[in-house]
Amino acid sequence: MTPRTMFEKIWDDHVVTGDDPALLYVDLHLVHEVTSPQAFSGLDLAGRSVRRPDLTLATVDHAIPTRARSLGIRDPQSKKQVDTLRKNTEKHGITFFGLDDPRQGIVHVVGPENGFTQPGKVIVCGDSHTSTHGAFGALAFGIGTSEVEHVLATQTLWQKRPLTMAVEFDGPLPHGVTAKDMILGMISQLGVSGGQGHVIEYRGDAIRGLSMEERMTVCNMSIEGGARAGMIAPDETTFAYLEGRPRAPKDAGWDAALEHWSGLATDDGARFDTTNHIDVAALVPHVSWGINPGQTAPITSSVPDPASFTDPAERDSVVRALQYMALKPGTPFTAIAIDHVFLGSCTNGRIEDLRNAAKVVAGRKVANGVSAVVVPGSMQVKAQAEAEGLSAVFEAAGFSWREAGCSSCLAMNDDVIPSGERCASTSNRNFEGRQGRGARTHLLSPAMAAAAAVAGHLVDVREWS
Amino acid sequence: MNPVSVISGRMVPLPHADVDTDQIIPKQFLTRTERTGYGDFLFHDWATTEDGIPSSDFFTNDPARQGARVLIAGRNFGCGSSREHAVWAIKDWGFDAVIAPSFGDIFRNNSVNVGLLTIELPDEIVSQLLDIARSPHAVVTVDLENQIVEAGDFAVEFEFDPGPKDRLLKGLDPIGLTLQEEEAISAHEARRPGWMSEAPGQ
Repeated sequence: MTPRTMFEKIWDDHVVTGDDPALLYVDLHLVHEVTSPQAFSGLDLAGRSVRRPDLTLATVDHAIPTRARSLGIRDPQSKKQVDTLRKNTEKHGITFFGLDDPRQGIVHVVGPENGFTQPGKVIVCGDSHTSTHGAFGALAFGIGTSEVEHVLATQTLWQKRPLTMAVEFDGPLPHGVTAKDMILGMISQLGVSGGQGHVIEYRGDAIRGLSMEERMTVCNMSIEGGARAGMIAPDETTFAYLEGRPRAPKDAGWDAALEHWSGLATDDGARFDTTNHIDVAALVPHVSWGINPGQTAPITSSVPDPASFTDPAERDSVVRALQYMALKPGTPFTAIAIDHVFLGSCTNGRIEDLRNAAKVVAGRKVANGVSAVVVPGSMQVKAQAEAEGLSAVFEAAGFSWREAGCSSCLAMNDDVIPSGERCASTSNRNFEGRQGRGARTHLLSPAMAAAAAVAGHLVDVREWS
Repeated sequence: MNPVSVISGRMVPLPHADVDTDQIIPKQFLTRTERTGYGDFLFHDWATTEDGIPSSDFFTNDPARQGARVLIAGRNFGCGSSREHAVWAIKDWGFDAVIAPSFGDIFRNNSVNVGLLTIELPDEIVSQLLDIARSPHAVVTVDLENQIVEAGDFAVEFEFDPGPKDRLLKGLDPIGLTLQEEEAISAHEARRPGWMSEAPGQ
């Protein structure tokens, strides 16, 4: 038999009919409040029903408050969106982790931690960071609202067959360098459209050595490199993470699942359309300086000069970025003072992220004039962090400790960064206005964000340990 | 969805690369539960000052650009968030086609579903169109059936996937089409391993 990539195996397993485009079966459909109301009303209008409510999971995350939840949602439109999702899930019999559910959280944190996310599945959600679930060896990608409606009605999607790309992270990860730095480093090298039309498989020793949560951080930002999806072959780390999770297969089902999952990895000799290598030994902590995630550089360097870019479109983009970010070429990154720190998001809002940040923060104080916030990725992450004493560490240092949600990653709720102010953020996008109109975002890892909170400016966290 | 065939109208040039969907429709307009009413907020933060005053130098506020039907943009247009609201906003404002060297994958899929044409042309061709589009009077014709873009003396062929092309030309309802595959979908469901369906439920 011809050797196949993991992507090809999962694709082949899910073709209902057709070739290119193929009609793909969806094993798990994740739904949230912002991109689903128009899909449900479209179904109603056409008199259609949800084909597989049992393969659908809904929660609220994008536009909900992260404090004073007992007061409810103050913004009437956001409240209506959340109420609409509750009604839609009740009407169609869909499992719903609502605002008062201890399992509520960011959809890409909730799916994995409850065991819904499993190797070999096709997983979709009306959210571009659905690529997160690829960390388990699933084919997971973001879709728009019309496609959400299509999946609700048919449990399938027409898909053009994407190209495949291998990204080999060769060599062991240096001390003080994290999964966030691996993916930021990759995007800065390949560019924000480097993965366009491709599904990326992350491979190599450095990937194999990552925990599940670190793998999720890597796969999460596949979309920031323009890729359709990102994935990592399932292995013992994956299986150990999944075993015993509430929705993971049990007993004989577990044994059968394990057998299937163990055969998913890319066969020796399988061909990728494109292969890229990242020299892991050369990686250092990264920080973004511009208005897209490709505009990222090692913390040890300085703000680039637009004149050093030869491509006119790129130069135009750098000029605009430096203007928006109010940065001067040649400024060392460690000289950039910050006003806010946001620790959270589907990229870096999991328990290990909070542990890594707490380690840096312990016994220290947030710098004067810096507003620092921790938003756990889910209520379960929050409860665990509280049980481990992490919340106490953050609060003693002067961080605000919040309820779970997307929060300042896209600032659809009240957690808006004011115009002209600068935020060190563990999230995934530094687009103009993303964290608030006129707000300036620097993407970095949880440990780097924690260090910046204490120092009051960007720092190389390796110098602290 | 209404069928799409020939689009003829004036152009707007937007010569930046990597225009993300956060710019096309900022997050503060995503709390609505309808598919319509986004046109007034297209590129909102570029189109207004922080005090909410319309920026006279942005095309949405330029009387000469009103009624334009084709947006000419830089590479990787529509990257970022999956929000279909970005496509709804572009359509609502009046555009029926966007021409760029490349598009974000999700944005392109969303566009087919909403009936917005996304035409990919090489960098140098798009540069020529950007030049022509500097005149607010210049007219372009996008012919989907024959896969041709024409603007005065300028004419170029473009590629377009046959599946989406057929759906756009006929204005087909994709869900209705897929539901005709009921037998194949049920057969696939029968083949799925039991442990895969055990999971969800209450």
